[in-house]
Amino acid sequence: MEARENKSYVIAKLRSEIMSLQGFRSPAAGSKPEKIDIGPVSAAFTGGIFPKVGVHEFISSTPESAAATAGFMATLAGQLMKEDGICLWVSSRRRVFPLALGFFGIEPDRVIFVDLKKDKDLLWTIEEGLKCDALSAVVGEVKELNLTESRRLQLAVEESKVTGLLHRVSPRLSNPVASVCRWRVNPLPSGRDNTLPGIGFPRWDVQIEKVRNGQAGRWQVQWSEDHFEHIGLVRVVPSRSFSKVG
Amino acid sequence: MIVMAVSTRAEKAGIETGMVVADARAVLPELEVLDFEPDVPEKLLTALAEWMIRYSPQVAVDLPDGLLIDATGCAHLWGGETAYLKDIVSRLKTSGYDVRVGMADTIGTAWAVSRYSRAFPIIDLDAQQSALAGLPPHALRLDDQTLEKMAKLGLSQIKSFIHMPPSTLRRRFGQHTLHQIGKALGQFHETFTPVQPPEPYQERLPCVEPIRTATGIEIALKTLLETICKRLVEGGKGIRQASLKCFRVDGNIQEISIGTNAGSCSASHLFKLFEQRIAQIEPDLGIELFLLDAPVVEDLANPQEALWDVNGGNKMVTIAELLDRLASRSGTDTIHRYLPAEHHWPERALVEAPTLRDRPETSWRKEKLRPVDLLPRPERIQVSAPVPDYPPMLFRYQGVVHKIKWADGPDRIEQEWWLSDGLHRDYYSVEDDNGNRYWIFRLGHYGKERAPEWFIHGFYA
Repeated sequence: MEARENKSYVIAKLRSEIMSLQGFRSPAAGSKPEKIDIGPVSAAFTGGIFPKVGVHEFISSTPESAAATAGFMATLAGQLMKEDGICLWVSSRRRVFPLALGFFGIEPDRVIFVDLKKDKDLLWTIEEGLKCDALSAVVGEVKELNLTESRRLQLAVEESKVTGLLHRVSPRLSNPVASVCRWRVNPLPSGRDNTLPGIGFPRWDVQIEKVRNGQAGRWQVQWSEDHFEHIGLVRVVPSRSFSKVG
Repeated sequence: MIVMAVSTRAEKAGIETGMVVADARAVLPELEVLDFEPDVPEKLLTALAEWMIRYSPQVAVDLPDGLLIDATGCAHLWGGETAYLKDIVSRLKTSGYDVRVGMADTIGTAWAVSRYSRAFPIIDLDAQQSALAGLPPHALRLDDQTLEKMAKLGLSQIKSFIHMPPSTLRRRFGQHTLHQIGKALGQFHETFTPVQPPEPYQERLPCVEPIRTATGIEIALKTLLETICKRLVEGGKGIRQASLKCFRVDGNIQEISIGTNAGSCSASHLFKLFEQRIAQIEPDLGIELFLLDAPVVEDLANPQEALWDVNGGNKMVTIAELLDRLASRSGTDTIHRYLPAEHHWPERALVEAPTLRDRPETSWRKEKLRPVDLLPRPERIQVSAPVPDYPPMLFRYQGVVHKIKWADGPDRIEQEWWLSDGLHRDYYSVEDDNGNRYWIFRLGHYGKERAPEWFIHGFYA
């Protein structure tokens, strides 16, 4: 009996060691980590803590979902930047309207946009950004990304602890890449529980398809000015087949 | 033998320049005559000019008999312009020089006043013309031929011709006269070469053996950067632009240059920027001389500030260095940062931030929801909408029909007529039956003869 307890203790210890090797900070260790508030979606992560050290992968297939994804990424970047952080926004064909970032908690003047034509330059720039620990976050909009390239980015992140948010805009292939988490964000219709006219707060269907040491899942959330709110299921969106992207 | 210059005492006795020495001896038998050496005035004036640097860093020799001093920002150290001039005159007089001074906004007027005016030698701003009025035409530094012509015509004072139309002056006395008047009045800029030009940030490295390898170039570059950075640190400056010139044995010059976002005096950072360009150098038969030139430097922010701003200061330096690396690979035009502009028109609502340190002067507007993705230019859509100002019921974009369920608007944005003309836009924020949100607008009013055009301009998150 004692040996068994001992064994489970050893396993737990080894697990936490593996986690720290993978770039996760144990919630118990050291100071209290700053919390990134993503409402109910936090449940997907170990200890309910958003993994800051890592590359997050977002996939969008239509312009509408690309916009929703950009909005969601902006809320994350805004929380990572806090009061005085600086964020690098790298893209090949930028459509993000800086003025709109203010609605997602970012001071647009603290975002440095880098617009590049070549994919090679794009990845080099994202990697350089991820290596620079003075930045709070790097948002990269790429089209194609392979495993080797994503490994390089992941390694850069583990060194510098800068959060990488990679947006794969309508990729040809949904090939697996090295990332802590794979997201899909799609817009949801406005809530009709109120009788007010017009469109309301942005609502998203946030889907975590793959997460390291966590529980994948799907949540409907609303961005109410400065925080996420969980909303009841508005409508069952026909789910995508997971096997195709896995 | 002719008298070239006279002392004050001899002048009082009636001896003038241009007299024959024999005549002068007859007037004043005890006269001491020294041989004139042509290069003495220049030597003497240069020595004096170097001594005068205590009054201003910019002093120039004005042959045959003058010194020019740029007193900008210097006079207040002596307690005002009058005290400044008094100090200059008294110190030169105690050294035995007979000196006359003039101070004005232009070199031309100061020259004239110091030599021909008996009035107060400090000329106020914009008073050049009245100061010159009573002076003879010689005060304009004209050539002898023109002066002779003016004397023949009886133009003995500047005021008698300065108001003549320029075309007449040009016809009568030539372009040069007009130019000299312009210089005196400040219509033309006049520069001078100071005796001690500010030392440029430039370093040279000659090589005993021609250098042909990349490693050799790297070593040379590192050596040069270290020397120049040491000088920069002493001067409190940082490099904004620098270039490395490689002089080849065969006379060809290879050049690579870099630019930075913020002044830098860190040799390792500058080396990193140059490193990416080293491959562009073709050493061919070998390089015999390296020349590192920093034509644009700027004052570095006081390092003391960084102490107060524990996080911010160092962070900005690191980010500036990152941006330098990015810019040196893909060009400065790829990096953008925006500040709010006070325009409602979406295309003009942002203005590019010139440097990394600029902060917004006005706060970012948040009262009107704007789309996260804005199309680079609005795209045409087909719409069916009830007139006059109701939001559309459906629209077709890229072949797909979107039925509109919810809408906000219209939100009219007018063209700013002082910037450009064109029709106003009536914006609607709409949501279709799938929950996708768009920003669409109608251009102009509903007309009598034609239906207004509709455009999609962005996607909401």
